[in-house]
Amino acid sequence: MSTALVTDLTIFVLALLVGIEVIGKVPATLHTPLMSATNSIHGIVLAGALLIGVTAHNPVGYVLAFIAAVFAAANVVGGYVVTGRMLKMFRKKAAPPPASRGQVSQEGLESLNGHKGLRGLAGKVGIGRAQS
Amino acid sequence: MTGFTTNVQLIYVLAAACFVIGLHLMNSPATARRGNQVSIAGMVIAGVATLILLIHDGTVTATGWIVLISGALIGSAVGLYAAQTIKMTAVPQLVSMFNSVGGGAAALVAIYSYYQAESNVGGVLGSTTVFTVLDLIIGSVTFSGSIIAAGKLQGVIGGQPIIFKGSRLINLALAVVAIGTAAFMFSTASLPALLIVVLASLGFGVMMVLPIGGADMPVVISLLNAFTGTAVAMAGFVIGNWALIVAGALVGASGGILTKLMADAMNRSLVNIIVGGFGTGDSIAAVGGPVDAQVRSIAADDAAIQLAYASKVIIVPGYGLAAAQAQHGVAELGKILEDRGIEVSYAIHPVAGRMPGHMNVLLAEANVPYPQLVEMDDINPEFARTDVALVIGANDVTNPAARRPGNEISGMPILDVDQAKSIIVIKRSMGHGYAGLENELYFNPKTSMYFADAKKAMTELSSAVKTLVA
Repeated sequence: MSTALVTDLTIFVLALLVGIEVIGKVPATLHTPLMSATNSIHGIVLAGALLIGVTAHNPVGYVLAFIAAVFAAANVVGGYVVTGRMLKMFRKKAAPPPASRGQVSQEGLESLNGHKGLRGLAGKVGIGRAQS
Repeated sequence: MTGFTTNVQLIYVLAAACFVIGLHLMNSPATARRGNQVSIAGMVIAGVATLILLIHDGTVTATGWIVLISGALIGSAVGLYAAQTIKMTAVPQLVSMFNSVGGGAAALVAIYSYYQAESNVGGVLGSTTVFTVLDLIIGSVTFSGSIIAAGKLQGVIGGQPIIFKGSRLINLALAVVAIGTAAFMFSTASLPALLIVVLASLGFGVMMVLPIGGADMPVVISLLNAFTGTAVAMAGFVIGNWALIVAGALVGASGGILTKLMADAMNRSLVNIIVGGFGTGDSIAAVGGPVDAQVRSIAADDAAIQLAYASKVIIVPGYGLAAAQAQHGVAELGKILEDRGIEVSYAIHPVAGRMPGHMNVLLAEANVPYPQLVEMDDINPEFARTDVALVIGANDVTNPAARRPGNEISGMPILDVDQAKSIIVIKRSMGHGYAGLENELYFNPKTSMYFADAKKAMTELSSAVKTLVA
């Protein structure tokens, strides 16, 4: 058994243990985003797909590299985007209902005059409503 | 390994660290978004490191660059489009498809590496390792299995368990062929053997998922997620890349944990789930079967009265809610009740829906604040002081029969809905749940059945409550 293989195996086992430790604490509320996030992380196989390109110098190699690149890129980009979409929805307080937005935003603006940068964020997380 | 590539491996270590930190930040909804961003940063770092390797290597041909770049762009566009347009109720299918392509890409890495070594005379035997073979098998099984799972979730393939005579024998035969041929590959360089392994594994993936029913999908998706991670880690061994090994191991661990959690929440072993679902499947019976005399049926107005004058309400959502796309209606009703000063929370069973945490995402989409979404162990003691438990499209997870030995769901952890002072069940018909079992909750004297489609029921209830309190 080569040294490189022993190193690889060590990394693998330690990463498994780290994974168990870190992920065991994720609350059930976040299980879907967690799965989706780990889903995007295995999109790292894109690196493997691209590295095929180093030695691919004939049609078979090109075809395999192409399919692998398409698959892995779809995995990584789609995975992160859908995870982001999901996580954006998790709010601590309900966002202001559209009907009363006019009144809310006015109060929100007054209270947030000093924090312009936060205005957009405040609208999203519903700080305006919390203060009204 | 030259000095240069060693240094690039260090960049990969940085990327791997980002993945770990990103996952760690997912421990709380408040930091989860940042976690995803850290993870994305890790991926960008890994991508840049790979590009540096490719450019430094200098052997990528012009055609090679075109192939790689066009492939990556096309894949990204497809992934982006799918992720942005998918409905939240359909996320399980999408996750399953990402599992599929991830596993497929990992298998392709092994296929290419074997093909490449085979064309270098005498090279293949030395470089064919157990990792190449594992990558091939696991990646191919994941690829086809996940497509079948996505098909079942989408309803293209029937959700009920598909079992036919001799199907288990076929499974066994495929497994033997795949493993046997893989063993042969160690001693003889043979591309046909590689092809046989891939085909047998693809077949095995299909046959493995076909007999699994819809309600077992949270377990299956978790398992396939673990498989993809493992396949990617194996691909990392094949090409000697630490980033793939670490990322794959993390995903494998995560999928493994979720698989165990889901199986525990159904009190079924993994083997039991994979070998075959319950007899009847989870198809929602469309016929409004004969309503038993003991069952009390009520209309929207009566249900609205109960809800409007309660002081504490727990809503119990299940797959029926997702199937009817009723999450916004439920959230609206919850909001109306809250505005009346009623304490409203949502009881989330771990396997409600079609993937781990499915209900949470749907309700979050409908703007329900996450502190109102309460896990089973935390909400169960609350039912005793709850005026109304409103069950929407959930069945087996509320069946008190699980507390008794001797039936299909014995020992399965359930939500103690029957402890509430009164119970309203919204359901399309008296059809059975996935386990094919009569739900004793429906015959409880405290229970009223409100027969309607979940989405329609929510609209009716909301307007009835509004009229009542106006």
